[in-house]
Amino acid sequence: MAMLEIKDLKVHFEILKGKVKAVDGVSFNLDRGETMGLVGESGCGKTTTAFAITRLLPYNGHVVGGEILFDNMVLARADMATEMIELLELSKWLPKIETLVQNKENALKAFEAKGLDESPGESEILLSQEADFLKDIKEILSYKEKMEPEELKEVLQESAKGEVTGFFADRRKRKIEREIEEKMAAIRWSQISMIFQSAMNAFNPVYRVGDQIAEALHTHQNLSKDEAKQRVAELFDLVGLRAERIKGYPHEFSGGMRQRAMIAMALALNPKLIIADEPTTALDVIMQDRILAEIRDLQKEMHMAMMIITHDISVVAEVSEKIAIMYGGKLFEYGDIVSIFENSANPYTIGLTGAFPSIKGERKTLRSIPGSPPDLSNPPSGCVFHPRCRFAQDICKEKEPPTIEVTKDHHSYCHFAEEVFAGKLKV
Amino acid sequence: MESKEEEATQESGVVWEVKNLTKLFPIKAGFLFSLLGKEKHVHAVEDVTFNIHEKEILGIVGESGCGKTTCGRLLVRLETPTRGEMYFRGQEIGTLKGKQLKVFRRNVQMVFQDPYESLNPRFNVFSTIAEPLYVHGVGETIEEREELVAQALEYAELKPPEEFIYRFPHELSGGQRQRVAIARTLVLRPQFIVADEPVSMLDVSIRAGIMNLMRDLRTTYDIPFMFISHDVSVTRYMSERIAVMYLGGIVELADTEDIIKNPMHPYTEALLSAVPVPDPAAKHGRVKIRGDLPSPIDPPPGCTFHPRCLYKKEICSQKEPELREIEKGHLVHCHFAGELSIVKPDDEYVTEKLCKVCGASVKAGMPMVECKCGEVYHEECAASLEACAVCSKRL
Repeated sequence: MAMLEIKDLKVHFEILKGKVKAVDGVSFNLDRGETMGLVGESGCGKTTTAFAITRLLPYNGHVVGGEILFDNMVLARADMATEMIELLELSKWLPKIETLVQNKENALKAFEAKGLDESPGESEILLSQEADFLKDIKEILSYKEKMEPEELKEVLQESAKGEVTGFFADRRKRKIEREIEEKMAAIRWSQISMIFQSAMNAFNPVYRVGDQIAEALHTHQNLSKDEAKQRVAELFDLVGLRAERIKGYPHEFSGGMRQRAMIAMALALNPKLIIADEPTTALDVIMQDRILAEIRDLQKEMHMAMMIITHDISVVAEVSEKIAIMYGGKLFEYGDIVSIFENSANPYTIGLTGAFPSIKGERKTLRSIPGSPPDLSNPPSGCVFHPRCRFAQDICKEKEPPTIEVTKDHHSYCHFAEEVFAGKLKV
Repeated sequence: MESKEEEATQESGVVWEVKNLTKLFPIKAGFLFSLLGKEKHVHAVEDVTFNIHEKEILGIVGESGCGKTTCGRLLVRLETPTRGEMYFRGQEIGTLKGKQLKVFRRNVQMVFQDPYESLNPRFNVFSTIAEPLYVHGVGETIEEREELVAQALEYAELKPPEEFIYRFPHELSGGQRQRVAIARTLVLRPQFIVADEPVSMLDVSIRAGIMNLMRDLRTTYDIPFMFISHDVSVTRYMSERIAVMYLGGIVELADTEDIIKNPMHPYTEALLSAVPVPDPAAKHGRVKIRGDLPSPIDPPPGCTFHPRCLYKKEICSQKEPELREIEKGHLVHCHFAGELSIVKPDDEYVTEKLCKVCGASVKAGMPMVECKCGEVYHEECAASLEACAVCSKRL
């Protein structure tokens, strides 16, 4: 079982005009010691995915489908009723609801067989909170032959809405959230840490940098003042900052130094997973190369898993083994980096690599992707990429494509993934 | 507008002739220090000499703070040079004032880095693009101006113009904004454009479109460009020649492919080795430079690059090298240009030894010390050690 598992994650933001489907059905795994690059244009949902993992979503962002497991522990999940409401809005809802019920039942059974001690977090919550609701839904579904589909849909909708807005619903929901949040507080930074997008602004300007790092050590490890100080000195040495700098304030640091201090802070508690959100975007090439080399070395040394979020595919090519390419809230291509770069199975990836200049080899003509990224509050029908796709055909406008595994460890979200992979579609 | 004299220089094919251009920014010292010490300056651009030919895109690359933006601003006279000469089609620009300067400014335009900040949010596209027309008194009637604006939008590939002409910046995407900024520069039919990092704020998929647009403009309307960027791969795609700048001076200037395929200055080597390549098979070695950019207030004596150079020898800290022509059209600012074995981007990656003290790579040609146990150190790093850090024997 992988260390970080994301299954069919959906994160929606509520805005005045309706809903923004920032992340819509993303699944991937990350194992210990692996590096994965999460690539996409601005507004494609890559940072939202990271925030869902660290539970830092803003107040109007909700996980409405799927779940995130870290070491078998639930970090985020949609409760069953919310997920059902989402599914009922789709055109072919019945089989989807049935699989959902089946999954939940399996989880419950697995839990009952193993007992509470070694159960995955999912069923623990399920048993305490959702067992009754699951029973109700199963009962409703057992009448499905006798009822008209429309009628069945209505009953299901009513029941799910009742669960979400009912008298005890709020209390129940809050209890689940509190349980997850308590666990998260213990592992946040000690097991999952994050390098934020603009290290320029991520530090508090009125505290010394060393003290800010020591604060994380105090909170999680109960170290004394001297011990914490010593650890901070070690960390500064590790990332190549001089020890005098511990007493410095953020404004006294240059951009590259602040980024290093941010990395030192992320490493402070030897986390199992580091999420780096655009770690080098604001830096010069020379500093970028150094920081990347440093991250790579430290990660190998400490055997951590790492997720690098960036819009620059060349940075990912340099450091990671796996790549996940997002567009419009969907995972377009995911898998082994060499396979994806050498033989992509997705038109968007081909467009992206074709738009990138390189200093290696001969000068090639760049090809831009026409149009601009979609408005996620009103995404295009079918495949979200079809208005910009060179290969788009009628089916792309009408039907959402499946995710196809073209070879081992190489998934592509496209109707014509096989053909693109084989190189048969060329324009 | 074009006098006979200007036409004469046009024939020789040189648009800009820049000689020893220097811009120093004074630093405001406190009252007491201004009485005691002499005034200090930031050496933003110092003794820069280059030409820009007809129909050419000259790329300028370098780290932030190397003076590339100041250089661009000098050419459109947003800054006044402290010293040096600059001739635009034979006319001295550095000393222009008043009316003449206004006439000159009509002929040169600039595209700025951030299209989210360079457009006034309260101006619609028409007022943004028509403003230069009002300033220079071009076009008699509104209709005439509208015609010119629509034409400029079409040049910038915002088609159809009617759809964009009365929109506000917040109704445009990043790529469209940058196209509006380009249309604004085109409306006066300039003879020269400075583009200061025009694509660095844009998304990857849109970037290529803007770059292709600028290349097309150059071929269609024969406008020479100066393209400023910190991204070597983008600059390679855009320009015919590249000038590499470091701490206010040009360290290498040559045809683009010469710089990429055959770099001769150690700084160019470091810069190229740091550029990430979109190919997972091509993992390169460590960046070939040490330390950080020194302060431009007190630039180091001798060669400004010597404190960070891994090939440094004694002469480098004493005497400033000249910008010498090593091969035809390939100018290098280094005492040992052509003698060093510089790693090229297309070279196969060979395992290099790393210096145990500073972590940068050590290879043949660099001054180094080798221990019997096989560890290597830069000569300078070894001086700070008494014994080898690994086997603890005396070096």
